[in-house]
Amino acid sequence: MSKARSAPIRAAFIHLALIAYTLVALFPVFLTLVNSFKSRSAIFSQPMALPTPSTFSLIGYQTVLNQGNFVGYFQNSLIVTVVSIALVLLFGAMAAFALSEYRFRGNTLMGLYLALGIMIPIRLGTVAILQGMVAAGLVNTLTSLILVYTAQGLPLAIFILSEFMRTVSDDLKSAGRIDGLSEYAIFFRLVLPLVRPAMATVAVFTMIPIWNDLWFPLILAPGEATKTVTLGAQMFIGQFVTNWNAVLSALSLAILPVMVLYVIFSRQLIRGITSGAVK
Amino acid sequence: MGSLQLKSIRKAFGNNEVLKGIDLEVKDGEFVIFVGPSGCGKSTLLRVIAGLEDATSGSIRIDGQEMATTPPAKRGIAMVFQSYALYPHLTVKDNMGLGLKQAGTEKAEIDTRVAKAAGMLSLDPYLARRPAELSGGQRQRVAIGRAIVREPKLFLFDEPLSNLDAALRVQTRLEIAGLHRRLKATMIYVTHDQVEAMTLADKIVVLNAGAIEQIGSPMELYNKPANVFVAGFIGSPQMNFIPAEKLGDTGAKTIGVRPEHIALSRESGDWKGKVIHVEHLGADTIVYLETEATGLLTVRLFGEHAYAPDDVVFATPDRASLHRFDANDRAIV
Repeated sequence: MSKARSAPIRAAFIHLALIAYTLVALFPVFLTLVNSFKSRSAIFSQPMALPTPSTFSLIGYQTVLNQGNFVGYFQNSLIVTVVSIALVLLFGAMAAFALSEYRFRGNTLMGLYLALGIMIPIRLGTVAILQGMVAAGLVNTLTSLILVYTAQGLPLAIFILSEFMRTVSDDLKSAGRIDGLSEYAIFFRLVLPLVRPAMATVAVFTMIPIWNDLWFPLILAPGEATKTVTLGAQMFIGQFVTNWNAVLSALSLAILPVMVLYVIFSRQLIRGITSGAVK
Repeated sequence: MGSLQLKSIRKAFGNNEVLKGIDLEVKDGEFVIFVGPSGCGKSTLLRVIAGLEDATSGSIRIDGQEMATTPPAKRGIAMVFQSYALYPHLTVKDNMGLGLKQAGTEKAEIDTRVAKAAGMLSLDPYLARRPAELSGGQRQRVAIGRAIVREPKLFLFDEPLSNLDAALRVQTRLEIAGLHRRLKATMIYVTHDQVEAMTLADKIVVLNAGAIEQIGSPMELYNKPANVFVAGFIGSPQMNFIPAEKLGDTGAKTIGVRPEHIALSRESGDWKGKVIHVEHLGADTIVYLETEATGLLTVRLFGEHAYAPDDVVFATPDRASLHRFDANDRAIV
């Protein structure tokens, strides 16, 4: 660090690169937000311009809120995302604890098996999943989405969390056992609080693909009552005519909840890091 | 009350046998120290006694009761760890009281016991703090307090001083010694530091490669080591080992002589040699010699001496303090 401070030009280049990347990454978001507040003709004539009094229009938001059941879609997305994250974190952490804490026959194989899902995309199994859901009568339910997303999120969660749980002091767990804590109490009260930063990381990694997913809602739950936001926004995209005002407004609205969740988790992440102190 | 009997304890991790049949008897109120080099199995043995590891075979009795299938919390033990292992989210008071709370002790009783232990260890001002707000020495005192509060039959210490700096280590050592005198409790203590072992123990158990080399009081180990390993492990600087044939002794394989049992003279003596290096420690002077008769020799002289490298000197061992070892490295008595 001191070296970087003594070389201001180097530091400037680093910051330049970071700023450039930030701009590139934020540009689509910026474009979406800005154009969502413009009238249809202004979107096409000057897509890069900021909304002016003459081009400002809330028509997109009005369409989204009046047409269709957007509040319902939001609710569906939130339920699916939050429940899936909760299940991924709970089961992922439990599996990770078992793999990292206990010596049993087939421990390594089991770990590999559970990590396999990181390498094989779950979408390859779409047909089988759909058949399964049809057979179980779960098509057009949020449960089907939650089950699929939980399965999709678990491999990475287990992989990351078991690495972190290996770093939790053995002595601490031993002290808990001597003090008469049950294995569940050791897991929930000693280990989980110490791997909270990792849990927050996993939550963020799990949340974003679920919130943004179009594939499984389209296949497993396309019904009106179970549509998610991403799927709901598709109704404004037609084969010949696309209501860009509505699409951009819907997408802008869809950013909000995920931002809120992200802020909550990143708080946890920072608090976890600063309150550390295992010893 | 707190006696312990171990009978042919074995512990294997896969094909790797870590403990190879340990027999040990600890009487009520004794302070027993397991000492040995890294990887000799001393910590594993302690964990087996605590119930944190299951022995592969053998029997563990605490106060005459078989403990092999008893979980750690029900064995009547308390353990102090090298890394303190305090619960980071609990205050000092809750850290100390958790074990009792889990056992269903009444709150008033917990409070009295915590207050008593805190008083003993001068922890009163810190009871409301969390471990992160304490220094290393204070944390180790909390860990010891957590053990005292349980009023266990057996105290188990797993290298409790290794994470402390030198000054604090001496101070905490004295505290532990004082604690043992006051509580008259049975204590089992693991360390690789022979100074801790010599200063604290009633009885030292020297372990090597998963087996007991010798059990005895500190002075027994120092004066009558049973074999070459114990002779070399106990005492600092290490005992000098000289092949017996070089000294014309055909009845033994190795002759051992402690550095403090050799006298140096510039005029005359048994072994003529040249000084290689001198360490001046104030109270002691350590002289390293190369002699024709014995090879490299360490000599510990009390007080200050003006030897310098390349001086020619004569070394004379104290005949009465020689240790003789046979071909199997066992002491010849």
